[in-house]
Amino acid sequence: MKTFNYHSTNDVKEATKLASSNSAFLAGGMTTIPSMKLGLASYKDIIDIKRIKKLSGIKVSGKSVIIGATTKHVEVANSKEIKKAIPSLAALAEGIGDPQVRNRGTIGGSIANNDPAADYPSACIALNATIHTSSRKITADKFFAGMFETALKKGELIQSVEFQVPEKSCYQKYPNPASRYAIVGVYVAKHKNGVNVGVTGAKSCVYNEKNIASALSKSFSSSAIDNVKIPSSGMNSDIHASAEYRANMVKIFAKKAVDAC
Amino acid sequence: MASLVGSRVERKEDKKLLTGRGKYTADVTFAHQTYAYFVRSPHARAQIKNVDISKASKASGVVAVLTGKDIANDKIGGLIAGWRIKSEDGSDMKVPAHPPLASESVNYVGDHVAVVIAESLDEARNAAELVKVDYKVLKAVVKTDEAMKSDSIYKDIPKNLCFDWLLGDRAKVKEAFDSADKIIKVDLINNRLVPNAMEPRAANADYNPSTEEITLYTTSQNPHLARIIISAFNAVAPENKLRVIAPDVGGGFGSKIYPYAEEVVCSWASKKIERPVKWVADRTESFLSDCHGRDHVTHAELAVKNDGTFLGFKNETIANIGAYASVFATVTPTYLFGPCATGVYKMPAAYSNVKAVFTNTAPVDAYRGAGRPEATYTIEVLVEKAARELGMDPAEIRMKNFPTEFPFQQTLVHSVDSGDYNAGLKKAMEVADYKGFEKRKKDSEANGKIRGIGFCTYFEACGIAPSAVVMSLGCGIGLWESAEVRFNPTGNVTVFTGSHSHGQGHDTTFAQIAADQLGVPLENIEISHGDTDKGPFGYGTYGSRSLTVGGTAIVKACDKIIAKGKKVAAKMLEVNESDVEFKDGEFIVAKSNQKKTIGEVAFACYLPGTYGEVKSPLPEGEEPGLKETSFFDPGNFSFPAGSHICEVEIDPDTGTTEVAKYTAIDDFGTIINPLIVEGQVHGGLAQGIGQALYENCHYDDSGQLVTASYMDYTMPRADNFPEFNLGFTCTPATSNPLGTKGCGEAGAIASPPAVMNAVMNAIGTDISMPATAEKVWNACQKMKKSNSKAA
Ligand SMILES: Cc1cc2nc3c(=O)[nH]c(=O)nc-3n(C[C@H](O)[C@H](O)[C@H](O)COP(=O)(O)OP(=O)(O)OC[C@H]3O[C@@H](n4cnc5c(N)ncnc54)[C@H](O)[C@@H]3O)c2cc1C
Repeated sequence: MKTFNYHSTNDVKEATKLASSNSAFLAGGMTTIPSMKLGLASYKDIIDIKRIKKLSGIKVSGKSVIIGATTKHVEVANSKEIKKAIPSLAALAEGIGDPQVRNRGTIGGSIANNDPAADYPSACIALNATIHTSSRKITADKFFAGMFETALKKGELIQSVEFQVPEKSCYQKYPNPASRYAIVGVYVAKHKNGVNVGVTGAKSCVYNEKNIASALSKSFSSSAIDNVKIPSSGMNSDIHASAEYRANMVKIFAKKAVDAC
Repeated sequence: MASLVGSRVERKEDKKLLTGRGKYTADVTFAHQTYAYFVRSPHARAQIKNVDISKASKASGVVAVLTGKDIANDKIGGLIAGWRIKSEDGSDMKVPAHPPLASESVNYVGDHVAVVIAESLDEARNAAELVKVDYKVLKAVVKTDEAMKSDSIYKDIPKNLCFDWLLGDRAKVKEAFDSADKIIKVDLINNRLVPNAMEPRAANADYNPSTEEITLYTTSQNPHLARIIISAFNAVAPENKLRVIAPDVGGGFGSKIYPYAEEVVCSWASKKIERPVKWVADRTESFLSDCHGRDHVTHAELAVKNDGTFLGFKNETIANIGAYASVFATVTPTYLFGPCATGVYKMPAAYSNVKAVFTNTAPVDAYRGAGRPEATYTIEVLVEKAARELGMDPAEIRMKNFPTEFPFQQTLVHSVDSGDYNAGLKKAMEVADYKGFEKRKKDSEANGKIRGIGFCTYFEACGIAPSAVVMSLGCGIGLWESAEVRFNPTGNVTVFTGSHSHGQGHDTTFAQIAADQLGVPLENIEISHGDTDKGPFGYGTYGSRSLTVGGTAIVKACDKIIAKGKKVAAKMLEVNESDVEFKDGEFIVAKSNQKKTIGEVAFACYLPGTYGEVKSPLPEGEEPGLKETSFFDPGNFSFPAGSHICEVEIDPDTGTTEVAKYTAIDDFGTIINPLIVEGQVHGGLAQGIGQALYENCHYDDSGQLVTASYMDYTMPRADNFPEFNLGFTCTPATSNPLGTKGCGEAGAIASPPAVMNAVMNAIGTDISMPATAEKVWNACQKMKKSNSKAA
């Protein structure tokens, strides 16, 4: 690992001030540290944000669930309030990586990283999330900009993620057998004003599968999806799964999700 | 005294290993330690035009940068192939030079080009980035089945062919095939695997300039072999000036049998810079540079009569041995593979023809089972297909062709001393509730799932020894094993073995054996292994040999101890030696009921004078001390066998295959410790099921390793397995006094065909390993289409 400057702060403003074009925030470190160790990334400054108290915690109201950026996956998975308000969100967190990853990894780090196979981004899309940052609010449909890319600007810090509580929802993931990230993950959420289908793993970036969503808005049943065609163009293809397979799995897992809602 | 042999003694070594108190090579740090980082080739095949170390040499903390030129100048020998194989036409195998550091060409991604040695690992690694290597990149040869048609990697090795080997009789096979009712054919790929020992390889070499001795700590299954190769072939230091210590080693599975370039380079470099040099692989290096396993492309045929009788077998295999021929690379796809390919059956005529090819991939060598999994997979998939095509029950066709008389002269090489294959299969069918399968299949169908069942009946040849046999087949070394049993004066015992434990549980099993032989409590026996300065020469652990060969050496050494003890006890008791019997740790005179414990006798052996009341117990001419050595070379291999039955459940929507039920009934002869044996079977099954469903080492067309981390290489995990149903039958081996047969590899040998036969039974078509979800899903889609057409 290359040498770097380590900063730790308990203040959001200071954290954003310390940021530069060659820095990274350190939340759980589950992405940052391995990529530094492997030589895939190197930074001049590492800004540890785990001591900023207000970035961590869970707030649940009738309409929304707000999760602080440095809240760990394990905390979401175990939260009684989230299990009650949006059980599928707690279940999603429970299915991320392994216990070591869940004990350190954070929601802010996960969505800031925007790995095309990460789980949380699909929840953000399905649950009409609003991302609260150090300078603004960004809706999920605008936040995830492309592969490992987000709308975040340099030094902009995620403070919390606000999810809309749906009528019904379910996340179904087909894990990559090696990494257990999603080969395909489908998050179906039925809201009063319509259905969202957040799909991760399938394409270079998470997206709302509108064809399935509109079929489900008309009739919320797995058979409503039977005749929806999911083209394989634009789907990822790698040694684990071809584009055709992924396209089929989007449909299969959407059906599974609806059935399990 | 109750016998310890056969009892489930908990592993003595586990407390240390599970509480982080093990001592591994990476834990050893010397004063004045330096750290090595290897500059490796990023290309699968390239000429080295120039290596510029000027910047790296000046970088912070760098002690030395050494290249292929340096190692050649110092006349350090290359890495060796340990087993000489002749082609069918009588010519010798062709093997390229394999310098520990390349100076002319690199031949796989990860090949060693230079080493940077620095005061810290970070400095070594950073400086390694400054070594500028000028490569002329050449087109890589990657695919096993295309290697013979591609450019020659080495100019004097046409068609990239190491050898074209034949075992068996082509004419007889032709005759058999001509008289057959039906010929069953399969085309198989035995997928390439990465061994993935939990502990990455490591070496720490410490040269002492005043004694000129090198102490090399290394992750080896076989420290004595490492020493002899590094001194006799690599010429780094004479044997008496090289001490090799393999302390606790975290798994090997074959990948740590022989010394690699890194051990040679660290030892040589330590001598050069007169400081200790430590190297520890990171996981990526392990993926790139540990020897890989399997990688066969096979066409096989079985000639049968309509009633299911086997008439003949042919096996045409291309084996990828990677860029160089490593120590066991050439025997693995030949003598460890060919003979077992006729399986556990009477086979009137057979041949195995193997073409071993070089490719621009990491060397391929022995990996758990080494050759026998490939053999078993070939015959067992073929036999199951024969059953399908003949409309016979898979158990019935097997039983029809089992030998029932032992010793059984197997078609190609082996004389199998003992076995009862019918008993094993019957027991497996009972334990697996074969009768209930149809009902379980219906239940699965009701849940939208497809269920399949698969069999594997196997035998294998292990306990790798008979020196006379292996040397006649081309092995460059003997393969006996040694033991030294040393009574300490106070009556406890240290047993030295030339084999090595890196997960097998020698500390416990071997202690059980010595405890029974000597009548000494288990806790008073220590097993010592892994240090060439302590015990006698030995051949390490692989090929399920430790117990049958090394364990027997312990028994023989104990016999010698008891023989001497009798003489001494007779003198002490003032009786004739012939009146003394040894039982349960006591030398007894039956007539008078006088006795001396073995501890008293040992103590007396160390104090042979007259001191007050104590009179010298040593008979005339007897030397003091109580320590005996034995070297055991058995007359035959050992031949474990068994029947495995697997049931899988497939989700046709996703193609995901779940192992729903797994039954393994094995015959390992006498079992010393069932707990350890079951653990060995569990581990073997995990690796075999891993091969069948998950693991696959994938190089892309340019020779880059795509599966170079756990993000892409699918290691099986605990939640991939059901509770295994294990059971045993027992026909003791006759080739060793314990009656044991090897158990370390059987699980990995038997399970791939059992699983794959179950998958193919479910989906009704041939499919290659690993049966990934997508492949199975595609097969299910086809099945759906043809079903709907039929309807
Ligand atoms: C073995 C393993 C398995 C995994 N499996 C899965 C899986 O199955 N599914 C899945 O979804 N994920 C998986 N992950 C990723 C895991 O969820 C990580 O938690 C996540 O990628 C990053 O979170 P982190 O808190 O560790 O972020 P860090 O590594 O600390 O940071 C990651 C990036 O996010 C930025 N960042 C962090 N916090 C903020 C913030 N508040 N505001 C702005 N930017 C920020 C950092 O600057 C950095 O660039 C896995 C990781 C590992 C190591």
